[in-house]
Amino acid sequence: MPTEEERPVVLIHRIPALKQPLASLSERFTLLDPLLHSADSTHSFLSRHASSVRAILCLGASPLTSDTLSLLPALEIVVGSSAGIDHVDLQECRRRGILVTNAGNAFSEDGADYVVGLLIDVLRRVSSSDRFVRNGLWPEHGAYPLGSTLGGKRVGIVGLGSIGSEVAKRLVPFGCSIAYTSRKKKPCVSYPFYANVSGLAADSDVLIVCCALTEETHHMINKDVMTALGKEGVIINVGRGALIDEKELVHFLVRGKLGGAGLDVFEDEPHVPKELLTLDNVVLSPHVAVVTAESFAALEQVVIGNLEAFFSNKPLLSPVKLE
Amino acid sequence: MDNNSNNIIVLMVCPVSNYLEQEIEKSFKVFKLWHFEDKEQFINTHKDSIQAVVGSAAAGADAELIESLPKLEIVATCSVGLDKIDLARCKEKGIRVANTPDVLTDDVADLAIGLILAVLRRICESDRYVRSGEWKKGEFKMTTKFTGKSVGILGMGRIGTVIAKRAEAFDCIIGYNSRTEKPNLNYKYYPNLIDLASNCQILVVACSLTEETQHIVNRQVINALGPKGVLINIGRGLLVDEHELVSALLQGRLGGAGLDVFEHEPDVPEELIGLENVVLLPHVASATVETRKAMADLVVGNLQAHFGKKPLLTPVV
Repeated sequence: MPTEEERPVVLIHRIPALKQPLASLSERFTLLDPLLHSADSTHSFLSRHASSVRAILCLGASPLTSDTLSLLPALEIVVGSSAGIDHVDLQECRRRGILVTNAGNAFSEDGADYVVGLLIDVLRRVSSSDRFVRNGLWPEHGAYPLGSTLGGKRVGIVGLGSIGSEVAKRLVPFGCSIAYTSRKKKPCVSYPFYANVSGLAADSDVLIVCCALTEETHHMINKDVMTALGKEGVIINVGRGALIDEKELVHFLVRGKLGGAGLDVFEDEPHVPKELLTLDNVVLSPHVAVVTAESFAALEQVVIGNLEAFFSNKPLLSPVKLE
Repeated sequence: MDNNSNNIIVLMVCPVSNYLEQEIEKSFKVFKLWHFEDKEQFINTHKDSIQAVVGSAAAGADAELIESLPKLEIVATCSVGLDKIDLARCKEKGIRVANTPDVLTDDVADLAIGLILAVLRRICESDRYVRSGEWKKGEFKMTTKFTGKSVGILGMGRIGTVIAKRAEAFDCIIGYNSRTEKPNLNYKYYPNLIDLASNCQILVVACSLTEETQHIVNRQVINALGPKGVLINIGRGLLVDEHELVSALLQGRLGGAGLDVFEHEPDVPEELIGLENVVLLPHVASATVETRKAMADLVVGNLQAHFGKKPLLTPVV
């Protein structure tokens, strides 16, 4: 372990609601946390330390804007700690040549597990029939409405990245057929590729949304895509709420124009459209697809690994390509 | 098909589905036992004409019923489980028995995995968290990862085998216990159930219910599974000592449970209703449109085969 003098400086960037980072980081790095210095405003704190800050650790989805970045002229790297990176001004980072890293594969398995859990829940009515039992309705009503089998379902994955490819691997033994859409066709992948999401939706029974949120992908799941998916279709979203036109989604679900949905993310968290709260063919979760003790332990390793690689001029573990 | 088949009388002992009733009625005359207030009197009146009994997981043909139907030739159950049928007596009397294996295997296995994920990742609980407005007050808790965990399967039959294959895609470590070790399986065999429970985090009950396996998951097995352990039951309620299960959950000696079956369906122990670390389902492991139709078709197919003097499609006895 480096001595106190040897520990490189890392600026912690977080919204107040998020807790300070784990102890293992302070063993290796000198952490500067503006929120722990209430005497100083963040602006003046940053200005005072600006020349020593080459690395910033962005906790969770704390927005990192060009305003903050402009106070740090010596900044060379932004280390992200979530699966998504849409809260960081990537354009500004590209302009200044600032490196960016994300959580790498730390969350991929848990994210994929959760997708499968949501899909089984929606198709087989797990949460709604658990409610049925808890409400004492089983003796009165006898059977609960039948679900739909997973086997033979055509699953369309929107974004075959680290989470999407883990989802595909898990669903194959269930008898699902896999197809995908992505910015570019993946050369080593045998699943059928669709250049656009509407085409994929037309040939799918289930759409799994697990891609990054960018300007291009905002509201990519729109009215046309939902119509193409059809009234038996199911959407699972563990990406970002804004990937789906939420108003249209609600409209489709309420009017029975879509079969069901499993939603872990929403456009205005923690607010969920109230119409969804009484539907039995949706499963709602509070942005927890990757939140396990194990994934956070893995994340810690990725964050430390990226910081140590940066400070020793070695290749980064999970660099984000800034196009 | 014998054109006098419409005279053959089939007794359905419990409701299964409208579809099954309609299909049986196309070829046979059907009596529905639950329509008769005085069941004993009904049986007495019709005992000499009933040639077939159709049951399900809920009810079948016990010794008493079999003895009261001298013309009984076949018992066809709309289930793979045979615990409601007195098989020995049927064998003794030359009564055929048919069930509905294979067509429901995938759905049951899918639900077993769904229950594991629902319990470990607290999916139903977090759905409640959102619906009740709690999310507006604060973040939900951290849950437990499924991928890579050790899964123990009690009963490596058709259903257990398929559950294992699905769990493999989650990189799970699979162990199993069954009456005999199965050849050519890449999973570790534990001849002793308590050892299996001690060595896995998730125990899936997938064996058949017989006199020998009643309460096979008892206090010792539950304790061996432990405070971080999860019990999943998609077999039969009676395989688990329900009283012990409830007390283990209440006392924290067991981490959680996903239950599709109970000792006295449709009654579920009141104490479980208040627990967040359990998922409770109304015996729906085979309950999809597709599978229930396939099961019903198999029941009708077996009846038609038997009375058409052809080999049964899925004979047990």
